[in-house]
Amino acid sequence: MTELKPEDQGGVADAILSAIAGKTPMEVVGSATMRTIGRPLATALRLDLSGLAGLIFYEPEELVLSAKAGTRRSEIEALLRASRQAFAFEPPDFARLLGSNQGGTLGGMIAANLSGPRRIRSGALRDHILGFSAVSGRGEAFRCGGRVMKNVTGYDLPKLMAGSWGTLCALTEVTMKVMPAPETVATLLLFGLNDEDASAAMRDAMRSPFDMAGAAHLPADVARASALADIAGAGASVTLLRLEGFGESVAFRLAELRAGITAEQAVLDPQRSDLAWGEIRDVHLLAEPRERIVWRVSLPPSEGPRAMDHIRTAAPAAIGYYDWAGGLLWVSVPPSEHGSTQVIRGAIPPATGHATLIRGPESLRSSVFVFEPLPDPLAKLTQRIKQAFDPAGVLNPGRMYHFA
Amino acid sequence: MTRLKMPAPDQATLARRGEIVAALRRIVPGEGVIDTTAELRAYETDGLTAYRQVPMVAVLPETVDQVRQILSYCHANDIRVVPRGGGTGLSGGALPLADAVLLGMSKFNRILDIDYENRCATVEPGVTNLAITKAVEDRGFYYAPDPSSQIACSIGGNVAENSGGVHCLKYGLTANNLLGLEVALITGELIRLGGKHLDSEAYDLMGVVTGSEGLLGVVTQVTVRILRKPESARALLIGFPEIEAAGQCVADVISHGIIPAGMEMMDRLAIAATEDFVHAGYPRDVDALLIVELDGPAPEVEHLIERVSDIARANRASLVRASTSEEERLRFWAGRKAAFPAVGRISPDYLCMDGTIPRRNLPAVLGAMSDLSAKYGLACANVFHAGDGNLHPLILFDAGEEDQLERAEQFGAEILKLCVRMGGVLTGEHGVGVEKRDLMGDMFSEVDLAHQERLKCAFDGKGLLNPGKMFPVLHRCAELGRMHVHRGKLPFADIPRF
Repeated sequence: MTELKPEDQGGVADAILSAIAGKTPMEVVGSATMRTIGRPLATALRLDLSGLAGLIFYEPEELVLSAKAGTRRSEIEALLRASRQAFAFEPPDFARLLGSNQGGTLGGMIAANLSGPRRIRSGALRDHILGFSAVSGRGEAFRCGGRVMKNVTGYDLPKLMAGSWGTLCALTEVTMKVMPAPETVATLLLFGLNDEDASAAMRDAMRSPFDMAGAAHLPADVARASALADIAGAGASVTLLRLEGFGESVAFRLAELRAGITAEQAVLDPQRSDLAWGEIRDVHLLAEPRERIVWRVSLPPSEGPRAMDHIRTAAPAAIGYYDWAGGLLWVSVPPSEHGSTQVIRGAIPPATGHATLIRGPESLRSSVFVFEPLPDPLAKLTQRIKQAFDPAGVLNPGRMYHFA
Repeated sequence: MTRLKMPAPDQATLARRGEIVAALRRIVPGEGVIDTTAELRAYETDGLTAYRQVPMVAVLPETVDQVRQILSYCHANDIRVVPRGGGTGLSGGALPLADAVLLGMSKFNRILDIDYENRCATVEPGVTNLAITKAVEDRGFYYAPDPSSQIACSIGGNVAENSGGVHCLKYGLTANNLLGLEVALITGELIRLGGKHLDSEAYDLMGVVTGSEGLLGVVTQVTVRILRKPESARALLIGFPEIEAAGQCVADVISHGIIPAGMEMMDRLAIAATEDFVHAGYPRDVDALLIVELDGPAPEVEHLIERVSDIARANRASLVRASTSEEERLRFWAGRKAAFPAVGRISPDYLCMDGTIPRRNLPAVLGAMSDLSAKYGLACANVFHAGDGNLHPLILFDAGEEDQLERAEQFGAEILKLCVRMGGVLTGEHGVGVEKRDLMGDMFSEVDLAHQERLKCAFDGKGLLNPGKMFPVLHRCAELGRMHVHRGKLPFADIPRF
């Protein structure tokens, strides 16, 4: 393995041009914290973008931040905190789940379109990327988007970059929309609801005017893995409903929300609330045992309990929990040759949802579709887009889809 | 009509017009194919009326299958296609071509499914923006993006243009409120993107189709998220003796962690024109007027009204008035919402521009615009989505006067170039279309544009869908696909190769 670590955009272009000329595909990484997600790559070259680091500008009153793509997330998040701002999409950090190093980069966060529990209120990462510079698989530097909040000039390639897992371009600079951090937060815990009732409670909360900033349900067998005594010690399932905003508003909405719910309740203060949502966001609750396989399933919220029931029936050792008001399932299954792929994908309702293998051994990731397989016209279109940006197939070839 | 270079009509296609009309009639029987010049005139322009062109033929399908057959036929026969929604677009995105089939989606006007459990609605693309809200408001829900044409514009057109509205800063544009799309490709193939779940399984093609101005595909079904209506809303009317203070007030509101539901600014000329028209009670002795709307539970709104009022006073506002009733709130908005027709009353014609700038550059941009106004001898009124930096200068002119349209267009182009120089962009919500097409080179390099065009090639390799829009020059896909590798020059000569 030869590692190329350029320090500027020209160096990235040189590296990619060399790969094209030498027909040597490359693995593209930021700090490689998520390199175990996707089909394994057998490349002789690695393009390390962490040398492109540093803030370009941050203008809190304009809600915009721009940095080189290899900048550490932790550095940027600390900067945002100091101005009482944040990435509204609450990006997860999978380091503990994946057993990888701490310290993901902005570019990696974008490549994975990482969005956490607040996604149901504030949108995904893809809703907050304003612009970028990159070097495409053609070895050409280009940019798209801008630094302003509202922009429809040309195609929205920034959204295409989000979730493209380094298969189209090597990002060199990114410009993000940032938002004020909530003044305060409160989490209402409901104890002992079964999946159906919890799902209904979450959907009721989402239909209320109380502006939920998180709705998750931890069945009893997942709740007991929590680091918080309030949750682990419940000895029952725990449903979490989160409210954020200005103090008076949160207090008012919390009281109104509680008035309409009869289940046994408790309220987490801001500090414990952050810890609880952190372990949901970062999937700490399924991190151990380490050999288990972890899937992430997106589906319509009302379909959550049925899908979980299907999985538990077909794979009795499966455990899992609900985020996004029931629209996101995190499922852990014991190791097996096919990683329960058919069971998991069989649980998704027709034509609306997808499953991604987030943690699994290399052998499994080489033999199953890590990302949801695509039906034909879409698969061919996806392939043409890959070829448009990376005709020589030098950037993370096959990581998402292995085209014939 | 001013000089606008459109792709040269293909003579071979025009020569086969009779045959094409007959083929379309076989797909869409009855009155769905329009081929008389008199009837085709209804489609000769969209909301950008300075440009007109009668299409070769118009077809109004009623089923997705017909859409697929039309596209497949046109693809097989190398016939250009211009899709059209409500025809309200402001950048000429639906301007017909002389040799193209105009594909009107107006008959797709059914709401297919309202799913309160999953808070979404699935509709056909010809349903109007407002009709979605009307269909769900009895249950206390609404569809958030609210372009000012919402009574007439279609959701399919909103997807094509990624339409905004006055509530974007808090609630997002169309792209941020979509869950699923069904799209017919130029080949007639149908793809489904998203659904009732969140986030794409593969590349975010819903993201790139949104705002693609009819160049990538024809939207045949849309699933949008619907939101619970906020419990209450109040507005503040704030007047400032100078524009800088208004700009600082906007920055301070956001620095205090407040994201208002709407934050609109108007300049002196816009205030005067609207006040004469709708008598909303705006002060006439200010240089800038802000309307700030706050929504949410009543205690939150009360709290924020106080905080924003304090910030306004700290910025030397000469007027701070909070709405005390729903009627008064609507009156505050009435002037802003009538700003375009109000300007239409004081001038025979106007051009509405649509740049976005970093907000802090507002005073500099307005200053430079006032110089341009003097240079071109044309007045300019400004309304501004202040929260997100989206500027709508309205250039006043009289098309009946010699060269005034041309001067207005040059003035407009200079404003947009100024926006780009100030760190902004050519269009915030109206789209590039034909209007800003030739300015794309001021914002993007040839390499930048080539990367965008290659996306077009992946969707539409023959370049048949809505050509002449968005890109100043539409290159052939074969030419764009070539790789330019400098074989003699290998920057990392020492790396192993195999």
